[in-house]
Amino acid sequence: MAGMYTTHMHLPRMVDMKEKVAEFWQEEASLSQPRKHTLQPIVTGTSVLGIKCRDGVVVAADTLGSYGSLARFRDISRLMKVNDSTIIGGFGDYADFQFIMKLLEQQTIDDNVVGDGVYRDAPSIHNWLRCVLYNRRSKMNPLWNTIVVAGRDFAGKPYLGYVDKIGVSFTDKSVATGFGSYIAQPMMRKAMEENPNMSVEEAKRLMERCLKVLFYRDCRSLNRFQIGVVTETESSISDPISAETDWSIGANPSGYE
Amino acid sequence: MYRNQYDNDVTVWSPQGRIHQIEYAMEAVKQGAATLGIKGKNHSVLVALKRASSDLSSHQKKVIPIDDHAGISIAGLTSDARILSRFMRTECLNHRYIYGSPLSISRLVSSVGDKAQTGTQIMGRRPYGVGLLVAGVDEAGPHIYYICPSSNFYECKCMAIGARSQSARTYLERHKDEFKEVEDLGELIAHALRALRDCLPNDNELTTKNVSVGYVGRDVEFTMKDDEDVEEYLKMIEGDEKKGGSGSADPEQGAEETMETQ
Repeated sequence: MAGMYTTHMHLPRMVDMKEKVAEFWQEEASLSQPRKHTLQPIVTGTSVLGIKCRDGVVVAADTLGSYGSLARFRDISRLMKVNDSTIIGGFGDYADFQFIMKLLEQQTIDDNVVGDGVYRDAPSIHNWLRCVLYNRRSKMNPLWNTIVVAGRDFAGKPYLGYVDKIGVSFTDKSVATGFGSYIAQPMMRKAMEENPNMSVEEAKRLMERCLKVLFYRDCRSLNRFQIGVVTETESSISDPISAETDWSIGANPSGYE
Repeated sequence: MYRNQYDNDVTVWSPQGRIHQIEYAMEAVKQGAATLGIKGKNHSVLVALKRASSDLSSHQKKVIPIDDHAGISIAGLTSDARILSRFMRTECLNHRYIYGSPLSISRLVSSVGDKAQTGTQIMGRRPYGVGLLVAGVDEAGPHIYYICPSSNFYECKCMAIGARSQSARTYLERHKDEFKEVEDLGELIAHALRALRDCLPNDNELTTKNVSVGYVGRDVEFTMKDDEDVEEYLKMIEGDEKKGGSGSADPEQGAEETMETQ
């Protein structure tokens, strides 16, 4: 037993120590480079649209990831099914949205692992996202997204929320992000005024119409999109679909002369 | 002095496969005044017998509100209960801040269980010497949980803990299948008080001084009733006959009442 304390084979020699110290300071220097914060989004997704209807909530987004003005990735999903009660849609930096999706996915897994049947309803997820986004902007390092939260609450009532990169959040009967808030939001409001008791199918058709107009007018959009639906019992996201377009109308709009 | 040579620390097993320190902590629950909880169709109810350490002192609080949707009643070391109730309040508030919704009761209880477990395994620490009855309501409906010093917790239709609580358990066992149909809060509280009354020694009565009532429901925030506010509930059971012998066969009857356990 006494031998245990007499061995010094593994003690580093003095020369090694000096190298170790030098290495340490080198690493320290590289760590003390200026902190890097997000100053602008890189790969971006454009508008996300959402609308509440009689028997559920509908949310839609195209599948384009733009690199500046370049249509860099044409098959990415910007809708995520969080659980049977919630779908989120992400506008803005796609890497940041992937990070948010990763957090939510892990949270859902953790909830399922406990196995007590507890899950997060849409208002809870909306509130949580607001906390996360506001916390990051308060560190002067925002997650560069606007997120649409579509789903229902524990009572089964449809819920539609909006939260942006500085933590501004609200709920409304219809929401749109980015360019969609100029183009699609007025279309959705008008449609709701004419048909206040819209069904899910009618809302889906409305989404298609809005996305088509956005495709005509938004240079960062794509005619390939997904539609997510949350009903009283389940949530699902469609495969990518396209709208039929007619560019011959291009000559008609006036006011741009 | 020592009951045996394997009870000096929670990290030491006895050859019988028991950890005596944990079992002693569970004895502390039996020293505290009785408390019980019942789960009805839409409500959970807690009632407790309060003790005064002397004729000159006030009665010690037994029911502690945690959040709008949850509350606890305690038997055992009051000071340990204060630590645990503060922890539970913090957990509930944090959940409300982050998710904007109340913390589910099962999650609340298991977080207390996790906290209490460390005291049953780490050298130099001790288990909490208090039993908690948690009454709460969440998406799944009303709940009653019993959290034990051993850090085990049990979901219950009803449960009674504390000194002479065997008599109350007898009442509860006899009526346990009725409770889940009870929609009326008053009826549920009457059941609880009838069960609590059986925990009293022969010459004692339930009074507005020594009874605490707490309840919570699907649409009712957790509410605590003390002193003159419990009078209406005591009136409900006024004429009812007291059930047999107030637990004369109760082995806990001789339990020593100390200043610290309530």
